[in-house]
Amino acid sequence: MTETALRPGRATSRTPDVVVAPGRRGLLRTRTWAAVLAVATVAAYLVFRTDGAADESDAAAFRFFDGVRDWVDDNRDTSPFFLYGINYVRLGVRLLVEAVQGGLVGLGFTGLVAAVTAIGAVLAGWRTGLLALGGFLAFGVLGLWDESVDTLVLTLSAVLLSVLIGVPLGVLAARVRWVGATLRPVLDVMQIMPTFAYLAPMTLLFLIGEPAAVIATMIYAVPATIRITALGIGEVSPTAVEAATALGSTRWQLLAKVRLPMARSTIVLAVNQTIMLALSMVVITALIDAPGLGQNIVNALQRVNVGAAFDAGVAIVILAIVLDRITTNAARRTRTLRSPRARRIRWAAAGVALVAVVAAIPLNRPELPGYSFAAPVNDAVGWIELHWYGGTEALKNGISAGVLDPLETVLVTTPWWLFVAAVAAFGALVSGWRAAVTAAPAAAGLAGLGLWQHSMQTLATVLVAIVLTLLIGVAIGVFCARHDRLATAVRPLLDAAQTMPSFVYLLPAVALFGASRFTAIVAAIIFAVPPVVRLVERGLRDVPPTVVEAALSAGSTPRQLLWKVQLPMARGGLLLAANQGIVMVLAMVVVGGLVGAGALGYDVVAGFSQRELFGKGLAAGLAIVLLGILLDRLTQGFHHAKGNRP
Amino acid sequence: MRTLRTVVAAAVITTLAACGGATSGAGETEPSAGAKGKVNLAINPWVGYEANAAVIAYLLEKKMGYQVEKKELKEEIAWQGFATGEVDAIVENWGHPDLKKSYIEEKKVAVDVGPTGNQGVIGWYVPQWMVDKYPDITDWKNLDKYADLFKTSESKGKGQFLAGDPSFVTNDVALVANLKLNYTVVYSGSEAAIIKAAQQATAQTKPLLFYFYEPQWLFAQQKYVRVKLPEYKAGCDADPKKVACDYPDYVLDKIASKKFADGNSTAYQLIKNFTWTNEDQNLVSDYLTNQGMKADQAAEKWVNEHEATWKPWIPAGS
Repeated sequence: MTETALRPGRATSRTPDVVVAPGRRGLLRTRTWAAVLAVATVAAYLVFRTDGAADESDAAAFRFFDGVRDWVDDNRDTSPFFLYGINYVRLGVRLLVEAVQGGLVGLGFTGLVAAVTAIGAVLAGWRTGLLALGGFLAFGVLGLWDESVDTLVLTLSAVLLSVLIGVPLGVLAARVRWVGATLRPVLDVMQIMPTFAYLAPMTLLFLIGEPAAVIATMIYAVPATIRITALGIGEVSPTAVEAATALGSTRWQLLAKVRLPMARSTIVLAVNQTIMLALSMVVITALIDAPGLGQNIVNALQRVNVGAAFDAGVAIVILAIVLDRITTNAARRTRTLRSPRARRIRWAAAGVALVAVVAAIPLNRPELPGYSFAAPVNDAVGWIELHWYGGTEALKNGISAGVLDPLETVLVTTPWWLFVAAVAAFGALVSGWRAAVTAAPAAAGLAGLGLWQHSMQTLATVLVAIVLTLLIGVAIGVFCARHDRLATAVRPLLDAAQTMPSFVYLLPAVALFGASRFTAIVAAIIFAVPPVVRLVERGLRDVPPTVVEAALSAGSTPRQLLWKVQLPMARGGLLLAANQGIVMVLAMVVVGGLVGAGALGYDVVAGFSQRELFGKGLAAGLAIVLLGILLDRLTQGFHHAKGNRP
Repeated sequence: MRTLRTVVAAAVITTLAACGGATSGAGETEPSAGAKGKVNLAINPWVGYEANAAVIAYLLEKKMGYQVEKKELKEEIAWQGFATGEVDAIVENWGHPDLKKSYIEEKKVAVDVGPTGNQGVIGWYVPQWMVDKYPDITDWKNLDKYADLFKTSESKGKGQFLAGDPSFVTNDVALVANLKLNYTVVYSGSEAAIIKAAQQATAQTKPLLFYFYEPQWLFAQQKYVRVKLPEYKAGCDADPKKVACDYPDYVLDKIASKKFADGNSTAYQLIKNFTWTNEDQNLVSDYLTNQGMKADQAAEKWVNEHEATWKPWIPAGS
């Protein structure tokens, strides 16, 4: 579901002709330099190693954010910034939510089910229509109809806002160079900033409730809208544009009649990704009293009732699948152009059918047979928790003591300036000076925020999680690419793993692995493996069949084929997978804070809950962003420098 | 109803635009100043709180004809809601002198509405099986002797003390430091994580020393025993960094927004009159958790069986 398109900024960098490959001699020199630098870093570490002092509880950055908080609290009803700005935004969003809600609730059960089915059938074909019908009926069967509708209302409101803001910005970003350049880092921050970290500021500005939830969701989702729209507009073939210009089109005509229509299917994809992201965020906004399925999950957590949380999780997965299939199939169908007349007839037919259905069946919800997964899931989870504990405990202890602890010790005891210098030096060497210029200040910023120790602890956990994610993801991806049946069997599992809210599987993880860093790693792996598997599988399948045949006819064994031909040729896809994996793992740092991983994730959670920790929590959120930028730039450069070696 | 609200909100926008700016509460349905209006109850994230709220909401709705809106909020955010008019009452508050100072004394947007009748206990706990096996473990002086038992992958070679949800009242880091215990505080990060860890400690007979509190529904299923720390004396927790004594017993109380209290509606009076015992709360919590009832079912069952308890709460003339 959520695939590469998440970060199209990276996807474009795959075009190989941008970077000039270093020659053999250059490569040799790079290796020598790398060796020298490595020795120098180790020596410097041994000399200057610190005892890894704990962070202060009262850094300047924390006090600054606390000051901002107090100012907002005091001036909410007096400052013109609020009276004429923020408060109107809040009011406007509230109106939007209530309008959407009025629409959906007004349709009633029968009306909404029929409408979704009709939309699915017309936009995406009758199979999708049937899927939508089954999915929405399932909400009723699960006894979660009202909650599902609430979640849908919030998601749609956030998506509407995202499209209203994101599509024009995306067009601008593609057409005006400086807009694109300015937006890119802003979007990076918006995507890496953990959602928890801005929940507290959101309630500060927009108070508790739906408007804050919708705006927080939009902040999380709109980068995808902007990026993919920009990608679509940028990909419109220049010949078409030239032809239209030659015919005398004005700039507006070019946009309205050529660029937007030609980018239509990409823009529908942008909407698809926005919906998926919004849906994953809407659950978390339950923590600021947004209604919907998230509330069920949070409540079930308090009661330590995994089964009840699972029901709500299934409803979210179903909602995600229905919305995803409608939009992706709609995107596919916009390519096969049909005459506008035929389309109008279909819409009219669907409308008539809809009215007929609504008129024929009473608006009240019929008595649906009820079903809940709660009891069987609780039994199964209880059994697993009781019997697997010995093995999982040993696994946790092994990885913690063998890998995590040594890595953490080294990182924490490194003086901050040495770390920054090492990042700058290796960054410049591996990824080019541009990457180093961004990465080194990011590293220094961690110290500047006063969260050095926690940042390094988090970095250690994140690195281990990324390595494990890649190992598992690549292994599954390779299997899927080689066995079609396996791939079909695994796909729905991947969909579910990605859309199932992590809160649902956190508790069994805590039971098996204790409140620990490793539990956070497990949660991150579950969340980050699916996109890695998809990208690896696609990368391998994209290797031209002629190459594979040539290798086979030259007598390669399957193992040689994989290691010598397919994997090297799929390098671009693999590196993109690594980059995606990093972003996804970082997104789970805060969730890790909820299950005993401590460090930055816990700081963010605590900042959300305790008044005196507000500033620290916000600073920790920024520190996670800095870590993200650091890792992203280093791997992105890695990708440029190595991806095109002859 | 919805359309009506939209129209009203639209009208509010235009009026406000005419007379200059929107305040933070604009567009909200007015909180219940008058009789038979809407009551906004904050729901803090633990089951004991929900039990109080469930019964109060049930009585307000079913016996007194109010409309109750429950808002699921963490403690601090719920207090913020007093200032903005989004929360009318918090029905189980654990201490929080800092928040009381800020919102009751300085901003004057909230008032204390008296105790709920529940005794809150916060402390360090171990599972029952450990007390059976090591009887002297319940004295803090012996904790160091057993530190090795509590070692985990997270505790850096010392014993592990598992701390609770970050929004709860805690002195654990200071306690470990000031009592010079050979322990590391590990942050579980959530209420759910600590309950799960406690359940596993019993199920797998694994050692666990953890932050916990009563009244708590888990005690209906399994037994945990409090470790005695140096006795609490008034003022020994005045400086949070120098705390070296046990947690005090909390008189849990109710807080209401100033506006709600000044309106003195029958809803406010009911909340003011509400007091019950730990047994009452544990019973409703048990309905909510172990018996899997919804809030209104649990409240209905309790209300039907305990008329003598709740009758006096209902104000005269309602």
